[in-house]
Amino acid sequence: MKQKLRQYKAWLYLLPAIVFLGIFMVYPLLDVVIYSFEEGFNFVTQSSRGTGLFNYSYVLHDPYFVQALKNTFLIVIITVPVSTGLALLISLALSSVKPLRNLFQTVYFLPYVTNTLAVGLVFMVLFKKTAYTDGMVNLLLGVFGVPSVDFIDGPYWAKLLVMCIYTVWVVLPFKILILTSALASVNPDYYKAARVDGTRPSRIFFRITLPLISPMVFYLVITGFIGAFKAYSDEVALFGTDLNAAGMNTMVGYVYDMLYGASGGYPSYASAAALILFLIVLTITCINLMVSRRSVHY
Amino acid sequence: MKITLDHVTKRFPNRNKKIHSDVIAVNDFTFEIPDGKLIGLLGPSGCGKSTTLNLISGLETPTSGRIFFGDTDVTDVPAENRGVGLVFQNYALYPHLTVLDNIMFPLGNLRGSEKLTKEQMRDKAMAVAKLVQIDELTERRPKELSGGQQQRVAIARALVKMPSVLLLDEPLSNLDARLRLQTREELARIQRETGITTVFVTHDQEEAMSISDLIVVMKDGLFQQMGKPQDVYDIPDNLFVAKFLGTPPINVFEGTVRDGRLFLGETAVLPVHDLAMGGEPVGEPKNVFVGIRPEGFIPAEDGALALTLRKIEVMGRDTSVVASHEALTTPTLRAIVASDAPVYESDGIVRFDIKPSKLHLFDRDTEARIAFVTD
Repeated sequence: MKQKLRQYKAWLYLLPAIVFLGIFMVYPLLDVVIYSFEEGFNFVTQSSRGTGLFNYSYVLHDPYFVQALKNTFLIVIITVPVSTGLALLISLALSSVKPLRNLFQTVYFLPYVTNTLAVGLVFMVLFKKTAYTDGMVNLLLGVFGVPSVDFIDGPYWAKLLVMCIYTVWVVLPFKILILTSALASVNPDYYKAARVDGTRPSRIFFRITLPLISPMVFYLVITGFIGAFKAYSDEVALFGTDLNAAGMNTMVGYVYDMLYGASGGYPSYASAAALILFLIVLTITCINLMVSRRSVHY
Repeated sequence: MKITLDHVTKRFPNRNKKIHSDVIAVNDFTFEIPDGKLIGLLGPSGCGKSTTLNLISGLETPTSGRIFFGDTDVTDVPAENRGVGLVFQNYALYPHLTVLDNIMFPLGNLRGSEKLTKEQMRDKAMAVAKLVQIDELTERRPKELSGGQQQRVAIARALVKMPSVLLLDEPLSNLDARLRLQTREELARIQRETGITTVFVTHDQEEAMSISDLIVVMKDGLFQQMGKPQDVYDIPDNLFVAKFLGTPPINVFEGTVRDGRLFLGETAVLPVHDLAMGGEPVGEPKNVFVGIRPEGFIPAEDGALALTLRKIEVMGRDTSVVASHEALTTPTLRAIVASDAPVYESDGIVRFDIKPSKLHLFDRDTEARIAFVTD
């Protein structure tokens, strides 16, 4: 009897959280799943023409979606390894220099506290071609005789390059922060022991340092994948809101456009696209976890 | 390998930036560690023991002075070329590697003509594992081992390259009491079997005394005394060494030597002649510290030293008499007498004779030992 009462009490205490999560998370999630199977759902009339896989089929055949999928995948595949590797290099350097370490740490941390759109503006100055100037980078390249390229409105590879540089630059600080603290938490006795044994620096790094910080590296890779799949605001900061026209849309951007964009008003398509994104992220994260479980063991 | 420290000094800049004077961790050390012995570096925390060890290993370089291995000056030789094995207090076993991989790790660093095949490495590692008796556990990871087993793995890893010198930093302090006893025997056995000159650091005098061939006592970065454990115990060079060695600790009185007799307070307890103050008898009364080992008290009905009895603690094998005296530097003293010896007590007073060999005199100012002759 008392046990039961205690159970009711527990549920009572949990109730506020459950109600809020239910209304604002679980219900919308389920709703999205339902929308995605309802053909031509209309918010105003709350009606649809039927149910089936039509939305998925439409989205997967939409060239804009395919473009967005391709962009997202490229951004993920390029920026996650590059940013993690760079962050590792920089944090190794940071943890081995003594003078000016705080200054460097602040400099590397700046992008983290800077507004995305402000950073976008800076990138415009660097890369955008206008009637008055070719942009800083083009001017610099010009010194070496490289023909100027329009990085913002030009060829696809140029836009993708800028996009990747931008993404890497924005995600670096967090990774550096995590990795420097991971490196600092490695017991210095391991290094002393390795030194007395005459271990080469490369062997110390690959056999001692990297395995010891591998949990953190995998954490960064996993969150990096998820973050890159959800990329959207960075693209807007560089290429404006009409990403489809610029050919630089991402999957989240596609979902947004389907809902609220100029060509929007299609919650069914948006839901289907969102679920496809969800499935992709889920699959990749599962693979990541499996890989990390196999190579991080202690 | 004989190790010689010649006027070795190590200074560190003060952590507190407001203080500009350096911290002297090791101050003008000169001593020689003979080949093939087990040496205990002994001293209270913060006395520079570990720094001395790091200087020998090459992880630290001395501010001044030279270090020799045999006849070779190794002062400027980096740690990896000195051929030392080092065991850390927390063992520093690589947690992601198995026991075997941990032991093999140093072998993987060998290059050129010394390079070994995987098979050779495994054989060597297994041989050392057998020596320290962990050959059954080689596939486990460090965290699956007990503290004592981890300790053995650490020793095996340090031994696998057959170093000329084995250094151990507080090797037993992370083990529980029972395991500590067992492991220190083990340590002595491994040292005997390998014959490698071994230096270990400890703050536990019992540990150092029980297994070392020689002990080196340090205090505040200063060398105090070196010798066989029993010799250092029997003939301490100064009051610090006398106090640091022995449990229960030595009992220290303030005493005076005058007219060829040693006075504790107003009572003369022992005739003393020939104080080593230039050999001549001291005419002037001389103030001294008197150290008497707990086992130096012989219960006697008409004993020279009268103490106020506080309590008697029976411990089975022997009896510990806690008493006080006006000249004591501590509130009470502790005398250990055989449990079958009668303790003569009347009106709260116990009387003892003193074994002269268990009594030490130290200068009141310099705290240095004063040799004396008694009847």
